[in-house]
Amino acid sequence: VSNSSSSTSHVDVFQYYTLPCISLLYKAGGPVVDFSYVGIDAILEQMRRKAMKQGFELNIMVVGQSGLGKSTLMNTLFKSKVSRKSVLATAQEKIPKTIEIKSISHDIEEKGVRMKLTVIDTPGFGDQINNENCWQPIMKFINDQYEAYLQEEININRKKRIPDSRVHCCIYFIPPTGHCLRPLDVEFMRRLSKVVNIVPVIAKADTLTLEERDFFKKKIREELRANGIDVYPQKEFDEDAEDRMINEKIREMIPFAVVGSDQEYQVNGRRLLGRKTKWGTIEVENIAHCEFAYLRDLLIRTHMQNIKDITSSIHYEMYRVRRLNENNTVVTHANGIPEHHLAAHEM
Amino acid sequence: MNNDILSIYAHCGLRLSRLWIESARAVPLAGHVGFDSMPDQLVNKSVNHGFCFNILCVGETGLGKSTLMDTLFNTKFEGEPTQHNQPGVTLKSNTYELQESNVRLKLTVVNTVGFGDQINKEDSYKSIVEFIDAQFEAYLQEELKIKRTLHSYHDTRIHACLYFIAPTGHSLKSLDLVTMKKLDSKVNIIPIIAKSDAISKSELAKFKIKITSELVSNGVQIYQFPTDDESVAEINSTMNSHLPFAVVGSTEEVKIGNKMVKARQYPWGTVQVENENHCDFVKLREMLIRVNMEDLREQTHTRHYELYRRCKLEEMGFKDTDPDSKPFSLQETYEAKRNEFMGELQKKEEEMRQMFVQRVKEKEAELKEAEKELHEKFDRLKKLHQDEKKKLEEKKKSLDDELNMFKQKKTAAELLQNQAQQAGGSTTLKRDKERKK
Repeated sequence: VSNSSSSTSHVDVFQYYTLPCISLLYKAGGPVVDFSYVGIDAILEQMRRKAMKQGFELNIMVVGQSGLGKSTLMNTLFKSKVSRKSVLATAQEKIPKTIEIKSISHDIEEKGVRMKLTVIDTPGFGDQINNENCWQPIMKFINDQYEAYLQEEININRKKRIPDSRVHCCIYFIPPTGHCLRPLDVEFMRRLSKVVNIVPVIAKADTLTLEERDFFKKKIREELRANGIDVYPQKEFDEDAEDRMINEKIREMIPFAVVGSDQEYQVNGRRLLGRKTKWGTIEVENIAHCEFAYLRDLLIRTHMQNIKDITSSIHYEMYRVRRLNENNTVVTHANGIPEHHLAAHEM
Repeated sequence: MNNDILSIYAHCGLRLSRLWIESARAVPLAGHVGFDSMPDQLVNKSVNHGFCFNILCVGETGLGKSTLMDTLFNTKFEGEPTQHNQPGVTLKSNTYELQESNVRLKLTVVNTVGFGDQINKEDSYKSIVEFIDAQFEAYLQEELKIKRTLHSYHDTRIHACLYFIAPTGHSLKSLDLVTMKKLDSKVNIIPIIAKSDAISKSELAKFKIKITSELVSNGVQIYQFPTDDESVAEINSTMNSHLPFAVVGSTEEVKIGNKMVKARQYPWGTVQVENENHCDFVKLREMLIRVNMEDLREQTHTRHYELYRRCKLEEMGFKDTDPDSKPFSLQETYEAKRNEFMGELQKKEEEMRQMFVQRVKEKEAELKEAEKELHEKFDRLKKLHQDEKKKLEEKKKSLDDELNMFKQKKTAAELLQNQAQQAGGSTTLKRDKERKK
């Protein structure tokens, strides 16, 4: 709204806030003052400002046998040395006797947007001779994060912003055998798809030709369907028709066949991330070569908020319902000592 | 150093979350990753979801509350103006769906009906406080549910309270001070001077200063526009100094020059609503809607609601830590509370049973008494009856005796008569004898 008798300082402010809407106000023949403009849509700008100030959090877990390129893929996704291996001074690491859960956090910033990224590594998964119950420590870790959040949430004196350590996304690395899923893969994904968003990827996909890749993917999708495993994006959480359309396209492509690399090579005059071999250079971000770009777009550029929403409003809520309904709840302290048992109750 | 960090993290998920903040390291990016789209993703999600905003208008009848709302949001909201003869203060709330470009807003306007109309206004603020608390309570109940749907919950908590001050030109009324004092810890208060076209400019400046100093001296915390974000710090701090806003509301349009403007037309001139030299309406709209709507919502949730929640839970007996400073779980405390409650219930039951037994005893005693009396009465009657019977028999006996005697006499007399007839001459003797008898 422009006004002939307004002072200059206000004209500046008005321009800041009405700029997005001036396009609406211009009709043929010059500016038309639109008195029906209230300014409700300025709330979008306010929200954006608040989000930029607060920053974002993202917690990704990588699960897979050792040697499948998990650390490299993380580094490639976030274009920096975010994986634990890069941080560790030791070049060679022993495969641990039992599964460990190790994580590392980074503050990254891009165009004014700050993000706290946490990469949770699971060395030792699937590496033992007897891999029975190897999903248990991972399930426990994920549930522990939900528990920590719940404890903070039910405090009387709550923090202004409860630190979110819940695992938003679990990337599961499938070895590129080319045949079908192994029993370990099926077991793990079946159990964990119920508590966390699972994104399965075919690791080191540069060992598969395109036909082998398509065949493998088809087999995997069939097996996932046959076992009732719902990976991200889950069909039941599609919000509307538009969502469903976008997600169906993604569901037809999973699992993504990825290749990771943190080294740049000269290709056609440009420096690109890739893997150089005697028979050619595999460009990581070239969708003709591998599907890394799709994975990156899904995880980061388009569906990150959605992944976090599903974690907080569905997986966490399910955990909370289960927890609050439990009969003999054992409340444990941080040091792991269980307190006395409680009788049945309902809140 | 790295090994230390990792060993701290390893194995222990719960502890992990507590050391979260101290651990992150800044890492430079070698290329464009793409998470700068996060704010857009967040905004898109909110746009799909829609927003809600709830305003409470507190002020005496006739201060132009409904008109101001109409003017602020460029729509005709309500029906007829309210009467002045309300017995108490009630709150009427109406929800409207507004849309501007792609933003859908669920706006709820709550009006105080009858505020300031009573003769005794001591309790006027109570229904307002109760209303605000009821909205907090509803949200708290939803949050405490086991199966909850917080993201689709229609938030009815009051985000902004516009307090309408009557344009007396002198100072705040005591009703205003008392009400604002009761509300300042529950809601964001934005005081405004209503119908400010009744005050001249110089009087207005003095009025504003007086109001501000009275608020400060009475410790009333009004909402301060936030100055921590550089992009809006300057305008917000300027506006803070213009509080309380002197507003004029109007939905009628008047032609000024070659434009139609919202104004109030008087014989001596026209007050233009959106002219900043005439009134602060534009400032109010700017602050309330275009700059700080999100902050108002956030303050309501993180400050006022948290305070309410904390007080309510403490009132119900929940604590975060017990005397040994071991953290309680809400469930534990709830269990303890439940046992306490059951104990009370049992005690009450016991009391009631005692009372019942007592009553029964009393009734029994009464009945026994009555029975005894009845028996006694019966015995008495019986005795009476027997006495009478005895008397009767005696009388009968004596009557029989008399009868017998009479018969004997009669027989004797007859005998004598016969003897006298037989011995004719000795009748005189007999008569003499009879006479002697």
